[in-house]
Amino acid sequence: MSKLLNSKNRRLDGRKLDELRPIKMEVGVIDNANGSAYIEFGRNKVMAAVYGPKDVHPKHMMKTESAILKCRYHMTPFSTGTRKNPAPSRRETEISKIISEALEPAIVMTDYPRTAIHVYVEILQSDGGSRCAGVTAASLALADAGINMRDLTSGCAAGKIDGKVALDLDEVEDMEGDADLPMAILPNLEKVTLLQLDGDFSHKEFIEALKLAKKGCLKVYEMQRNALNDKYFGNGKA
Amino acid sequence: MPEVKRKYVTPGELVGKGKYNRTSNVYQIEDKFYSTRVGMAEVINDSLRVIPLTGPYIPREDDLVVGKIIDHSAFAWEVDINSCFSGFLLAQSVFGRDYSPARDSLTKKFAIGDLVTAKILAFDRTRDPLLSVSGPGLGRINQGEIVSISPTKVPRVIGKKGAMIKTIENYSKCRLTVGQNGLVIISGNPEGIILAKSALDLINHEAHTADLTQKVQDLLSRLNNGEK
Repeated sequence: MSKLLNSKNRRLDGRKLDELRPIKMEVGVIDNANGSAYIEFGRNKVMAAVYGPKDVHPKHMMKTESAILKCRYHMTPFSTGTRKNPAPSRRETEISKIISEALEPAIVMTDYPRTAIHVYVEILQSDGGSRCAGVTAASLALADAGINMRDLTSGCAAGKIDGKVALDLDEVEDMEGDADLPMAILPNLEKVTLLQLDGDFSHKEFIEALKLAKKGCLKVYEMQRNALNDKYFGNGKA
Repeated sequence: MPEVKRKYVTPGELVGKGKYNRTSNVYQIEDKFYSTRVGMAEVINDSLRVIPLTGPYIPREDDLVVGKIIDHSAFAWEVDINSCFSGFLLAQSVFGRDYSPARDSLTKKFAIGDLVTAKILAFDRTRDPLLSVSGPGLGRINQGEIVSISPTKVPRVIGKKGAMIKTIENYSKCRLTVGQNGLVIISGNPEGIILAKSALDLINHEAHTADLTQKVQDLLSRLNNGEK
């Protein structure tokens, strides 16, 4: 089996076990959208755009009491090593659904009855953990669009490599590692809106990974706030 | 002077704790108030509000809006009011109560593509906003330049008791009609329109900063002098 950790517990890219990849965020990058955001999560490059609220098509999907949220997670053909077929795959359909479910509790849906909010998450380059990056970007785009939200949604994954719990796995660690635990939280309300697990954890490891992922999410949240402050208040100076 | 506390907030940020009688753009859990928008939080006595910096236009009763006729049926026009809900202008409210679709043709009054200033008569969560064009200053717009700004910045364009709008009108010698939906009609001579447009641009970009009226005054007097 390949080794993902060296003798000093350093990972292949030199990170410590509880270290995030370098993250860059920018808000308001697409003029044609009502709100947008761009995120680099290590080697992931993710663009998110929000349109709406606008009228619902097809009409029968309309809810009289609240808005509906339509998400599309899509990977561009050039986002992976070998060309990815641009048609939506089983995996993309799943991630579209879980992103939508991760964002919905954050949005005050009842403020926009009989409307639809469209969220597009486009993966320009992927390197493991793109669903968490997608949720994070989409949440920023929603805030940029000025849609009433109870909280931002911040995503980050934890996992297990070479038998040790580690934060924010990249592609290789995800493929060769033992487990992956993507998570998204509402940081102020302290609620979990996305939690998936692929692999095996002992109970103790699971709790450890959960705590680590939460720590990662909170760091991501801090960066989300800075990104919003940068755009709207010129670096948060009052 | 009541004490005013201001700070910049993002969605989910704690704005205040305790009892407040008047709140806006906040979400309450027990006695804690969280912002739902990106904007400026303001606490004055018992009122707590977040003034948003971005967002769509949600119609409210009695709002003045600028809209475009996009369609009509036998009984009403459909008006695009720059919102997720389109406005409806009943033929009855334009032709009078004895309106009959056999006798009167809707296109005689407003054709598709016409711009109108209208007032929102009624709006609730279950129905689309109902418009009216009867009243001073309402009806078809025949001339002027239409400028679009963010609907959340309309209060800054108007200013305290209309101070900002008066400033712009005095310098540009134009008339401004500000729709709550973020569309502004400027009518006057071309030089004035350019002046007013640049003032609106400044407000749109720097709405959250202090001394905005002063900044706009400076810009307008600079442009005024530069031209002469």
